[in-house]
Amino acid sequence: MTRKIKMRIWRGNSETGSLQDVSVDANEGEVVLDVIHRVQATQMGDLAVRWNCKAGKCGSCSVEINGKPRLACMTQMASFAEDETITVTPLRAFPVIKDLVTDVSFNYKKAMEIPSFEPPADLKPGEARMQQIDVERSQEFRKCIECFLCQDTCHVIRDHEENKKSFAGPRFFIRIAELDMHPLDMLRNRKQKAQEEHGLGMCNITKCCTEVCPEHIRITDNAIIPMKERVVDVKYDPVRWLGSKIRRREEVL
Amino acid sequence: MTAMDTNKAKTGVFSAGRALITDRTLRTDKWWIQPLITVGVFVSFIIYATFRAFEKQNYFAEPLISPFYSPCLSTVCVEGSAHFGTPIGALSIFGMVISPALFILIFPLGFRLTCYYYRKAYYRSFWMSPPACAVAEPHKKYTGETRAPLILQNGHRWFFYAGLVLNIILTYDAVIAFKNPEGEWGHMSVGTLVLLANATFLWLYSASCHTCRHTIGGRLRNFSAHPVRYKAWTIVSKLNHYHPNFAWVSLIGVAFADFYVRQVASGAITNFYFF
Ligand code: SF4
Ligand code: SF4
Ligand code: FES
Ligand code: FES
Repeated sequence: MTRKIKMRIWRGNSETGSLQDVSVDANEGEVVLDVIHRVQATQMGDLAVRWNCKAGKCGSCSVEINGKPRLACMTQMASFAEDETITVTPLRAFPVIKDLVTDVSFNYKKAMEIPSFEPPADLKPGEARMQQIDVERSQEFRKCIECFLCQDTCHVIRDHEENKKSFAGPRFFIRIAELDMHPLDMLRNRKQKAQEEHGLGMCNITKCCTEVCPEHIRITDNAIIPMKERVVDVKYDPVRWLGSKIRRREEVL
Repeated sequence: MTAMDTNKAKTGVFSAGRALITDRTLRTDKWWIQPLITVGVFVSFIIYATFRAFEKQNYFAEPLISPFYSPCLSTVCVEGSAHFGTPIGALSIFGMVISPALFILIFPLGFRLTCYYYRKAYYRSFWMSPPACAVAEPHKKYTGETRAPLILQNGHRWFFYAGLVLNIILTYDAVIAFKNPEGEWGHMSVGTLVLLANATFLWLYSASCHTCRHTIGGRLRNFSAHPVRYKAWTIVSKLNHYHPNFAWVSLIGVAFADFYVRQVASGAITNFYFF
């Protein structure tokens, strides 16, 4: 069944732009990305939109639909009311390049700032042995498809451009947590760095990152809050701090 | 256009370079309902708790004691209610005796104020930081929990420990509620059930706490080297999933337990005994 739907699509560039009304066909079973492609094919030949897999796995098609950060390829048309106008805009936390395409290079810069995995010096390639229960926490975080919807929705940078320099964002807090929980990671000051360099303390655990994550990674509960507790262990808990000085505890954990 | 000035004046979603959209949010759903409900429940609780903390009466009806006044540690506690002695005597300011509830309420108050879940709830609903996801917050500056006073949220674990002590005391209160007003064991009333439910909810709230989850096993790197703590961690993790639910249920539970004891102590209702 085909029906006509009303859409508002943001068009413009980094200088200027506006929402433009279109009326377009939508077929049963389609997702927002399908309809955007139809608009592109029939009415706005030069509409810029980024996409790749159409299966919710590449993380390219992140946009904001009716104000919510979402994957265009995973948002069913059937989830909207018959007469609803569907508004599609680019991500509002990042600079726009053209139409629905934003410049997400901020995230790649932040990725480079995270110190990488540091295996034990004497461990030869292929020698690492780990038990499943030791890596399952980290595995949840490996589901990330780098859509950056969490980064886009995080009010720390979405609402405060000036915080971008000092805040890595939820996607990279899960990366830090993944490494800090890894039994073979030897870098010992990840917790301090998380707080002092990557801005973990800026997060006020309001959970918007968790709400928008298409992979349903429990970013706040399983990565950010555990990291905050780990930071307390090394920075704000005098008893544990003293204990670690006396017994060098961290090594045996 | 003086780019520099605009940069300063316009931040967040209105920053230069971002898509030019004048709305603070384009959300079409009723995103404001959740924060509104939160404010409603919190404000009602605060009003009721403040009134009760200063009422200084109707908190004890042998053997029931209100959770707001337990343990009652002051010499002004009504007769029979000071189960743990009166180490703090009777303090007063400007000739007004300080309510014995105040010494106790600081701990659950601190525990809940620093709770990771409640933080989310009040940062969103009271401070609007942010009011809801992808709804621009009204503040010009934002430093999160990096400075005083919010950096003190990192002390949550100390309130967690204090909360455990209070849970033990409130469990004791529920146990002695198996007495009758004459002090004989082996009886049970509606009040017993109320205090038991209250203690159970408080234990579930503490057991599902993020600090509990961290302490019991979350801080480990090698679960395989600590099988018992791993097992405990998996159980606490399951409870942790429902921490927001336990937070609300235990908040309402504690207010209801106090209300019930107040009604009994003031003579408005009689505490029905099953046996
Ligand atoms: S929980 Fe923290 S990181 Fe996630 S969106 Fe909120 S402030 Fe940002
Ligand atoms: S954590 Fe989730 S929301 Fe964030 S980039 Fe990865 S998949 Fe996307
Ligand atoms: S196109 Fe790959 S996630 Fe949508
Ligand atoms: S009591 Fe809520 S996180 Fe500790």
